[in-house]
Amino acid sequence: MARPKLAVWKFASCDGCQLTLLDCEDELLEIAGALDIAHFLEATSAISDGPFDISLVEGSVTTADDAARIRQIRAQSQTLISIGACATSGGIQALRNFADVEEFTRAVYARPDFIDTLATSTAIADHVTVDFELRGCPVSKHQLLELIAATLAGRKPHVPRVSQCVECKLNGTVCVMVAQGTPCLGPVTQAGCGNLCPAFGRGCYGCFGPKETANPPALSAQLHSLGMSDRVLRDFYRSYNAGAPEFQKESTSHD
Amino acid sequence: MTERVIQVDALARVEGEGALYVRLNGPEVEKVEFRIFEPPRFFEAFLRGRDAHETPDITSRICGICPIAYIMSACQSIEQAMAVTISPEIDDLRRLIYCGEWIQSHTLHAAMLHAPDFLGLDDAIQIAQSNPELVKKALRLKKVGNSVMECIGGRAVHPVNTRVGGFYRAPDPGAVHALIPELNWGAEAARELALQFAGFDFPDDEYDYHFVSLIHPDRYPIIEGRIGSNRGLDIAVEDFNAHFREDHVAHSTALQGRMRDGSSYLVGPLARYANNFDRLTPACQATAREAGLGPIVRNPFKSILVRLIEVQYACEEAARLARAYVPPDPSFVPTEPRAGEGHACTEAPRGICYHNYRVDAQGRIEHAQIVPPTSQNQPQIEADLARVVAQSLDLSDKDLKWRCEQTIRNYDPCISCSTHFLKLTVDRV
Repeated sequence: MARPKLAVWKFASCDGCQLTLLDCEDELLEIAGALDIAHFLEATSAISDGPFDISLVEGSVTTADDAARIRQIRAQSQTLISIGACATSGGIQALRNFADVEEFTRAVYARPDFIDTLATSTAIADHVTVDFELRGCPVSKHQLLELIAATLAGRKPHVPRVSQCVECKLNGTVCVMVAQGTPCLGPVTQAGCGNLCPAFGRGCYGCFGPKETANPPALSAQLHSLGMSDRVLRDFYRSYNAGAPEFQKESTSHD
Repeated sequence: MTERVIQVDALARVEGEGALYVRLNGPEVEKVEFRIFEPPRFFEAFLRGRDAHETPDITSRICGICPIAYIMSACQSIEQAMAVTISPEIDDLRRLIYCGEWIQSHTLHAAMLHAPDFLGLDDAIQIAQSNPELVKKALRLKKVGNSVMECIGGRAVHPVNTRVGGFYRAPDPGAVHALIPELNWGAEAARELALQFAGFDFPDDEYDYHFVSLIHPDRYPIIEGRIGSNRGLDIAVEDFNAHFREDHVAHSTALQGRMRDGSSYLVGPLARYANNFDRLTPACQATAREAGLGPIVRNPFKSILVRLIEVQYACEEAARLARAYVPPDPSFVPTEPRAGEGHACTEAPRGICYHNYRVDAQGRIEHAQIVPPTSQNQPQIEADLARVVAQSLDLSDKDLKWRCEQTIRNYDPCISCSTHFLKLTVDRV
């Protein structure tokens, strides 16, 4: 039986989620044996044409060309999976969605007329149908491997949409907000990173985006009582998943 | 006259997206463009108004391959603006995690992205078919670097434990000491890879580069030193803008770095090595000699060897720092909001990464300037391409294209970093 053809695509991003695939040092050769890597520019010069069985898409859509390109990729892909905060919510570059992109261009470039960009940075699912969204800035290596294994087996990946609080409980991490009064987005953020920030005594900053049925207004009331101003609260929600609907709505309510 | 166009629309085995265009008219190289068209993400614009303490985490998202470079340049710059002094223990821990980034980034590039060029292969997976031990060694070495980053930073891509002032929590000494055996193995593995790769058939090409890097009297520079060069430049980091400028050209969404007089310069492993060879350990200097390298390497294709010598150095240095590790206490120096300006420059794997921030009295960013290494190297990459193409006219289009791509990969260009991307076209008019 022919091995399934895998393609990895990049849009506006830092390359960190693709790198996470190459960071699977112990599994990489096995993955390469199970799949025909048909398009993965960061790793190989060998390129073969579509159609592709699995497309992994990193990055957000920020140019008209990229909006057209993602439609072509979708048309050639049996299964299309977006990986990482840029692809699933527009990423940190979606901060432009709350500002004037022409002013941004003038601020960074001497010749704004050389720059071709859209006013917004948007998720892949805003443009095409996406079969699965893997969260994280960056994605977790373990979840990425589970996703690939599940896709090859034709089953749904085991990626719970519970909150970061659940990971703290599972790991026995003392609640940083209750014990130290440290602001934390854990109650509204999806688990999966491996319980990183709270384990280092730091509040979660939401890099896995909103959990299912998140309730940010309730958390905001608590954060207010810890002394956070509206401005700080707004920016707390407005970072790597600023474009995720639940976070966007909450940040805007503190504008 | 025959016209020839050599074009690569989407360069492989680089981080980010770029292209190359070369047009030849007979033996004349008419046009060379190393195009970076990674879509702009506007970091310097959206940082304005954000709390200065957010800059390390936010700017780490410029690059998934070298997040520590951005984190450290941002931290040092904000610390200067807020007039805090960092303890030597925190500095040592920063140097240690930075070594982890050098190890993983250099190993990825040298063994998995650049080595295939010399072997006539498409990727490391093809190398693994004929030489699985080589690829397994490279993967294990890369993992050594990632393990250092995970131990100290929490994860290898966008670590979470770093902050302005130091670290959220000082890692447990047991966990840091546990890194030492693999680091010792890594130093030897890097040496073996350097000697193995020294047998590659390197194109004959030498150029009298202007090598710009940090220079420190006692240490091979990573997070310390003044900016200096092999032509006598010796300036404080604060004076960066008095000596360097950034130009905006039509074929690039990266700003191109040049000296104030318009000349190009080179940053990265070749520059660090040439300017600081005496501060490498005797073991690393011995590897260099065995690999046939002098204290200055002017053949850009041999940068792959210098990267591996730097991996050996980073493994030795990380092991030294791990052995001497004393948890910093406190783990970070507290900061108070205050108006000020800060400048910092650290040695990303690809070369100096300069940050400059102005902070207001509330501790918010008023102005941000970030100069990544690849945009500084862009004019030199184009100059190298023009030279290499002129020397290689007898090659077929296919081979010339390969040679051009290899020339670009000499720089391990990080196109995402330079905000920006590359495509290769060669026109033989």
